[in-house]
Amino acid sequence: MSVREIVILSGKGGTGKTSLTASFAVLASGAPEGGAVLADCDVDAADLHLLLQPSAQTSDVFRAGHEAKIGQDNCVHCGQCASVCRFGAVKTVGDPCDQVYEVDPLACEGCGVCVHACPVGAIQFPEAECGSWSVSQTRAGSMVHARLNPGGENSGKLVTLVRDHARRLAEEQSRDMVIVDGPPGIGCPVIASLGGATRVLVVTEPTVSGEHDLERVLQLAKHFRVPAAVCINKWDINPGQTERIETLSQKHGAELAGRVRYSPAFSSALRRGKTVVELAAEAEDYASEAAEIRLVWEMLISGL
Amino acid sequence: MKIAIASGKGGTGKTTVAVSLALELSKTEVVTLLDCDVEEPNAKLFLASAGLAEELSRPVNVLVPEVDAAKCTGCGVCAKRCAFNAIAALPTGALVFAELCHSCGGCALFCPTKAIRDVERTVGELRVSAVSHKGRSLSFVEGTLNVGEAMSTPVIRAVKARADADALSILDCPPGTACPMVSAVRGADAAVLVTEPTPFGLHDLTLAVATVRALGVPVGVVVNRADPADTRVRDYCAAEGLPLLLEIPDCRAVAEGYSKGTPLLDVLPELSAAFRQLGQDIKRLAQTAGNGLSKRNAQECGV
Repeated sequence: MSVREIVILSGKGGTGKTSLTASFAVLASGAPEGGAVLADCDVDAADLHLLLQPSAQTSDVFRAGHEAKIGQDNCVHCGQCASVCRFGAVKTVGDPCDQVYEVDPLACEGCGVCVHACPVGAIQFPEAECGSWSVSQTRAGSMVHARLNPGGENSGKLVTLVRDHARRLAEEQSRDMVIVDGPPGIGCPVIASLGGATRVLVVTEPTVSGEHDLERVLQLAKHFRVPAAVCINKWDINPGQTERIETLSQKHGAELAGRVRYSPAFSSALRRGKTVVELAAEAEDYASEAAEIRLVWEMLISGL
Repeated sequence: MKIAIASGKGGTGKTTVAVSLALELSKTEVVTLLDCDVEEPNAKLFLASAGLAEELSRPVNVLVPEVDAAKCTGCGVCAKRCAFNAIAALPTGALVFAELCHSCGGCALFCPTKAIRDVERTVGELRVSAVSHKGRSLSFVEGTLNVGEAMSTPVIRAVKARADADALSILDCPPGTACPMVSAVRGADAAVLVTEPTPFGLHDLTLAVATVRALGVPVGVVVNRADPADTRVRDYCAAEGLPLLLEIPDCRAVAEGYSKGTPLLDVLPELSAAFRQLGQDIKRLAQTAGNGLSKRNAQECGV
């Protein structure tokens, strides 16, 4: 059985990716096939766990790339490292008469040029600890998530690690689906989240910036040949803009996955640590929103 | 002076705050607004109504290696030295994978036969415009990463290079806490983190505060879509000693105005004074560097 991988992206941040992803996860877990494995690939601001409150958890350190460190005992202060570094990461610190060379870890690209250029071999190049990753159990299924260290490098590699592990877990648990909560933007971690996926859902909003950012994500999806669908969240904020975006989406070959209304139900669900689709079972306030989300989900997985 | 407007979570209102602050302060001083969110640059959409006149547009290039086949001996030193697998040694000569290259120059530096030279590759675009409206002095700089390119930092650096050292520069930064955000905020005199009073907003704010503090940049907080009943961000700021600089009310009129590209201060002109005050407070924050590590201290600690 091949594992289908659905990636949720948005381009613009704050359009509702994570709220919708959590609802989709809950809807999938109610299916007879037994739910999906979840992958939170927004590794520098992962939030899915706030809605799905994982219980048992195993964690591991994420190491990737290297970081230059100057051994002060061996340094001969020739300045060669500073002159070859193209990232301005080698700095002199201290009094002018007693200067030492140091590498700023937040500026270091991990290229190793200084390490090999140093005439006395004074620069070490240990593997860098860039964050951590975890496998957790949630009420909507197993979840793989990660935490990039503040300012950490290699976010793309961490995303790839999270995705690979989620896919392996799905195979082990005989689950046929992985749902990926992706990062905003169109750069490195987005490309790592998108490549090779079965389908991408772009969650956007009917604003000028939502439209602008959506178009760039759809171009990216086309570039990587991943079929795209578009969902417009908060659609009734600007119905005219919603229609424009739907026409634009179709022009880019994307399917329309539906609309979800602007509603305080989302932030109130978030504050209660629940998904809108779960709360709809308890209170009528959430019923219309939940029905709209369910339609988007059914559209998204139909024909996969 | 450089003021960075950033956030951990996306969609909290960075662009709204950056544009409002720039438009308000440009009434009385020379301001440059720099859109450093090069993956999804949006500030321009909210300046259209003020009238933008483009002054300059040029490609942003990075350096990537080019191998001279006549000089290459296939020794493989370049591939061994490349930390990013961007150059492979084949029996027929070295092969470059330009999109993986970080432009460190290592391969050219260590090639024993000097067979490698740097050539330029375009990864994005830089545009400079003037906002000429109601006697304002506002210059606008925007970087755009080409779709399909993974690394945004070279474009962010190109945008930041246009900051006017003698005037006030306001940087609209990318979200998150990874390299793009760090690259935009690094070297700023103060940073404003924009958040919303939700569990997501607070969680991502704490991550962003840690990142900005590690950079040694003084930091304050703006709460957007403020909900008087939800005090979690206010409580966090008080506990952390972070100045809460401004709360922007949550209202549907603002959301509808935003959807059309209407600047916030056109929807709620009564907030003008608050943004003027925000400008003063940030400048004071930058000058006193009262919380977190000062830049000098941060350097001494090797952070």
